[in-house]
Formats: sequence, C-alpha cells, structure tokens
Amino acid sequence: MKPEELEVKAAAELAKQQAFDVRLFTCSSRGCQSSEALGVIAGLKAELKARQLESRVQVNGSGCMGLCSKGPLVRMTSKTQKDILFSEIKPEMAATVVEQVVVPVLEGKKIEKPGGDLERHTLDLNDPFFAMQVYSVLENNGKIDPEKLDDYIARDGYKALRKALTMSAEEICKEMLASGLRGRGGAGFPTGLKWDLTRKVPSDVKYIICNGDEGDPGAFMDGSVLEGDPHAVIEGMLIAARAMNATQGVFYIRAEYPLAVERVEKALRQARAAGLVGKNVMDSGWAFDFEIRLGAGAFVCGEETALIASIEGKRGTPRPRPPFPAVKGLWDQPSCINNVETLANVPIILLKGAPWFASRGTEKSKGTKLFALTGKSRNNGLVEVPMGMTLRDVIEKIGGGTDSGLKIKAIQTGGPSGGMIPEHQFDTPVSYENLQQLGSMMGSGGMIVIDEHDSVVELAQFYLDFCVDESCGKCAPCRIGGTQMLHLLNKIVAGTGTAEDIKTIRKVAKAMQKASLCALGQTAPNPTLSALRHFEHEFTERLLPVATPKA
Amino acid sequence: MSTPIDVATAVKGAAPKAAADPKDEITLIANKWKNKRGSLIMALHDLQSRVGYVPRESAMRLGHEMDVPLARIYEVVTFYNYFKLEAPGKYVISVCLGTACHIKGSAELLAGMEKELKVREGQSTPDKEYHLQAVRCLGCCGLAPLVSVNGKVYAKLKTNESHHVIERIQIDKPMAEADHESLAE
Repeated sequence: MKPEELEVKAAAELAKQQAFDVRLFTCSSRGCQSSEALGVIAGLKAELKARQLESRVQVNGSGCMGLCSKGPLVRMTSKTQKDILFSEIKPEMAATVVEQVVVPVLEGKKIEKPGGDLERHTLDLNDPFFAMQVYSVLENNGKIDPEKLDDYIARDGYKALRKALTMSAEEICKEMLASGLRGRGGAGFPTGLKWDLTRKVPSDVKYIICNGDEGDPGAFMDGSVLEGDPHAVIEGMLIAARAMNATQGVFYIRAEYPLAVERVEKALRQARAAGLVGKNVMDSGWAFDFEIRLGAGAFVCGEETALIASIEGKRGTPRPRPPFPAVKGLWDQPSCINNVETLANVPIILLKGAPWFASRGTEKSKGTKLFALTGKSRNNGLVEVPMGMTLRDVIEKIGGGTDSGLKIKAIQTGGPSGGMIPEHQFDTPVSYENLQQLGSMMGSGGMIVIDEHDSVVELAQFYLDFCVDESCGKCAPCRIGGTQMLHLLNKIVAGTGTAEDIKTIRKVAKAMQKASLCALGQTAPNPTLSALRHFEHEFTERLLPVATPKA
Repeated sequence: MSTPIDVATAVKGAAPKAAADPKDEITLIANKWKNKRGSLIMALHDLQSRVGYVPRESAMRLGHEMDVPLARIYEVVTFYNYFKLEAPGKYVISVCLGTACHIKGSAELLAGMEKELKVREGQSTPDKEYHLQAVRCLGCCGLAPLVSVNGKVYAKLKTNESHHVIERIQIDKPMAEADHESLAE
C-alpha cells in the first residue's frame, strides 16, 4: 500500500459506513462470547434479513465496551439520533431489539429511552461509569469491528506508522520520551528510554517483543486490547521497530487467550495482504514481519528474561541482569519487550503528538491507564481513566461502590506483586509514585474491590499461595522463602500462629525482596506486607492467645 | 521470511487429520515446527490440541523427529501448567481460581465440584467422563465466578451450583472443535 492510499481507503470505507442508516456493534470479546454474544450477532442478522433491512442496518462485532458484568453489550449508532447501549442481550432478544428500537429509528422516530421489554436492558451513557472515563486506548471499542482492517483505517489507522516512516529512529525515541509514556505492564519504566537504549546497541538482528502473557489473576486489560483493537498493537510495534531498528517482531500471548491469538493472526494476515506488514511496508522498501509464540500457563513468563527463555523453547526461568535484554535478549540479540497496553498507546502519541499525551495525568505519570475493576465492585469490567484521577472517583463513582450495601474495606492493585489500599486512602490520585508510596503498585491494572466481609489475611494467603505455586524454583530466596512465608501465613489463617511468626514473616520477606533473582520473588511478599501495614489487627486477632503469668 | 504458521489452530482444535496413521501425525507436527527455532512449546501445543494431552510415547517420537533430547521435552512439559501428561476425561471442567473469582467464592465452587464428582482437583472420574482442574485467571473477571468446560463458559455461578453445572454439561455436551482420536499407545 502506498502512503497516500490510506486516505483513499479511509474515505471509501467511511462512504460504505455512511450508506447504512443504523450500525450495530455487539461486543465479541472473550467475556461476552461466553455469554453467547455470537448468538446475538447471528440473531440480529437473521431478523434483519427476514425484514429485508440488511442494506440499511450493519451488524458488527466489537471490542470490549467496558461493563462486562452486564454483557453482552450491543451499541446502536445511527444518523438520526444519539447512541443507545443495550445490556444483557440474549440471542432470543435480538428480534425484540430490531422490532422495538431499530425499526422505529429507521422510520424516523426518536427513541430517548427504550421502554417495554428493553427498559431493563438499556444502559445510561451519562452514567459516571461511562461519562467519567477518558477513552484513548479504548477509543475504538464500540466503533470498529476488530476483524475489519478497513474499520481501523477509517479511524486514522496506520497514519502514525506513515509518519514514523518519515522520521529517524532517534526522532521517534525522542518523541516517545517527551510524551512521558511509561511501561503499562507494571514496572513503569519510561518507554522512550527503553527504546533508545535498544536503539543504541548495534546489531544485524534485533527483536521487538509484545508481552501478552498477562498472568496477573484478575487482570484482562491486555487480552481485551488484543481482541478489540489488534491493529493498534501491530501499528505500535511497527513504530517501535522503526525507533530501534528492529528486524523482527514477536507476539508472546498466553495460551489461555485463544481468541486474542486468533484476532492477532487475522489482523496480521490482513496487514500483510494490504502491504502494511511484510516485504515492503507501506511501499517504503523496509521489510518487517511478525511471529506469534504461545505461553503455556506459567506466570513467571511475564518476566522479561523468563519470557525470552519460553520463546526459546526452554523452561521459563529468569536469568541475572545485567546484561539486560536491550543488550542481550532473545537468541542473545538485542531485544525490547513492551506490554500490550504500552504499545497500543504508541500510535496515538505519534498522531496527536507528545505534548497532547503529556497534557493528561500527573507530573510523572502521563496519559491514561486501563484497569480491570472487579471483585465486589457494583460495576465490574474494563475502565480507562486519566492518571491523577482519585481512587475514590474510580471506585465509588465509576465503579459505583458495591451492590451488596456492605462497606468497601480496601482495593488490591498490582496483582500478586501489589498491595492493599485501605478506604481511608482513596483520595489519593492514581499515579505510579502514589500507589508505590501506599505500599502497593500500579501493576498491570488489576483492581480488586473487597468489602468488610472479606479477610485481608486470606487474600494475602491467596496471593502468596499463587506465587509459591508459580515460582520457577531457580533461586533459593523465592523457592524456600516463599514456602516458609506461606507455611507461617497458613498457621495464622488456621488460628495457630504466634507473634513470633509475624516477626519471622517480616524477616523472610526482607530476604526475598533483596535477594530473589526476579520480580516474582522480589514482590511476592508485597500483599502480605501491605496487609500487615494497613490491617495488622486482622492478623493479631487471629493469633493464639498468649498465656498471662499468674500474679 | 518463512511462511507464517496458523497458531490459532495450534491452541484450539486442530484441522481434520491428514494422515490415518498416528505416527505420521507426529511427523506432520515435527515437520511443521522443526525449522522454527525454539518452537518446542508450539509443537507440544499442537500435539495436545489434537489428542487432549501429551502422551509419553508421542513426546519421545516428537523429540526424536525434532532432534530435541527427551530430557528437554520432559523438563518443558513438567514446567508449564498447560500441558497434561495423562489423558483427561471427556469433559474437562476448569474452575477459574483467579482473584476476582476467588473473592466471589470459587474455592467453595471447586469444593462443591470435588464432592459432586467424587474426585480431587487434578483427577479424572474413573469412567473418564469428567476431568476436574483448577486454572488460573481466564480473563472473564466481570462474570465471576465461572467454570469453563471444553471452552464453553458457565458464568456468574452461585457457589452451591456445582450440581447444576454437571446437569448443564450433560445437556449441552460441550466439545472442543476437533473430534480427537486418541494417540494413546
């Protein structure tokens, strides 16, 4: 594809879309598919065919529209009126949607709020859940079909790549650095700096690797992005490749995400056919292609060097750093590993400019962040908020509090590497630094809401048990320390722990933090330590009563 | 650049088998992957998706055809949770134990399933009809707690609904896409 053809293709696709009076987008991500979203799509198509309305109404799949607990979600967009978002639509209700809303809209009627059977199946788009989010990475969801390349191109897709092809590698790195984008996988390392460090290492072979392992239990942001907007990630990787002179791209996706693998593969096939990937990228003479490699159920493979070992067909055990992957990575070649969400931010930054991106967020944490808001939250699903929004706004306004009426005790962020943040700290603005200061971390984006009936001791035990199970076993601090800590934590949960056990837990935790080979071992103590910091009484009230000496 | 391989099929069910002889299927898999560096894990995925697990004899043959020592195959297949070393039952019931599901009571759900099926987690029923396993987060946290049976998800379950899930399985009969013939020796 020649660079100037982008506008031609975009215009052609927009004209096609304009020909429809109504367009329907049904979430076809993993979660909604498990609630028969594909049946809904089939039902809508069948009903429209029966009524001979196929030329006036377009039926599409869509990426995650956020409120997963109320899926499948169907968004109706039309020329004559505002959008309507339907919820919990079963395949048998597809005909009702067409009959009671689509047909009247086609006849020119204005539907403010659907009544009758659909009244309880409509969401208010002015609800804080939607209105307070800031969509950037999730901007295309509900507006494109992730299986159509032309939909992506019609919304400025691949224009950022076109711009990058006119820039030098240094210039791209500078722009990324100026934007302030930091790794969204959890560590928060400045992306521009990582790219620049990799750029500076001369080599004939260099890899850009997308980390789609997303092993944190309770996190599904990356899976949703890969399923909902795969071209954004592909474009981000192509730009990253230009920034560091990479020669090959690799997607590493966990095996538990077959739909994400399917979507990425389809998107790559489309991109190759369109000349955006392959022997001659956008007619520039530059050749670049991708491979997909699967994980196989090992949390530790989210760690960079373990991920590399996994791609090399070995056990996923980390190795000491330095040398860092930028110098010696996959097959001993310079490699840069970036998180899915980080890469999805890249095209937006190149297109709208670093100052635009940096205008959102706090001084050191720029842009927006995806969170998987789950647990006892009333609104359960995928949200995107600007850095700097307070936790309280996220949890109580966007999340809607709880629907049990019970008080929220805390949230847990950062997964097995993170920590608990008690309710009285909820006025803290979201940022890498703030969450770390509270004893937690941003992590990849899992945000679990727990209420007054949930035990933080048992949650800490859950996370530690996970880490011990997932420990690769290579280094003693993690392998032995984790087991020792878990044994003591089990005692406390069972009611046979002592104050001495808590002291030992702290000692072992310190050793693990200082001496473990990788971040799994280094951060495994975090949930327990943060629970002790904010909720020590929950531990001490479970201890064996101490015998008081007789007077 | 080499022709890309269809990875999506390697994860889900495989396409209809080209060869009747199981041994030839190993050769097919080996030929597909052996020219790609480090693709042992991909080859094992391919094998497991066709048969439901990684049989020892097949693993040995695969190693031989791909020029990978048996020890290397064994160390990989025992490291990664995804690979099964024994033939699972017809219906593989995966109870998600991710954090959101845990908060919503997945531990009770699992205990209920153990009681219902009279097996421990990680075991198959004697008639090989069901295999019960706990899995890490499946990524459908908005629908917690949930159970996946051969890819079909039963979501927003109550913790005492184990019996109901078994009943549904008998009605729905969820199967993975490809109907596998066993390569078991």
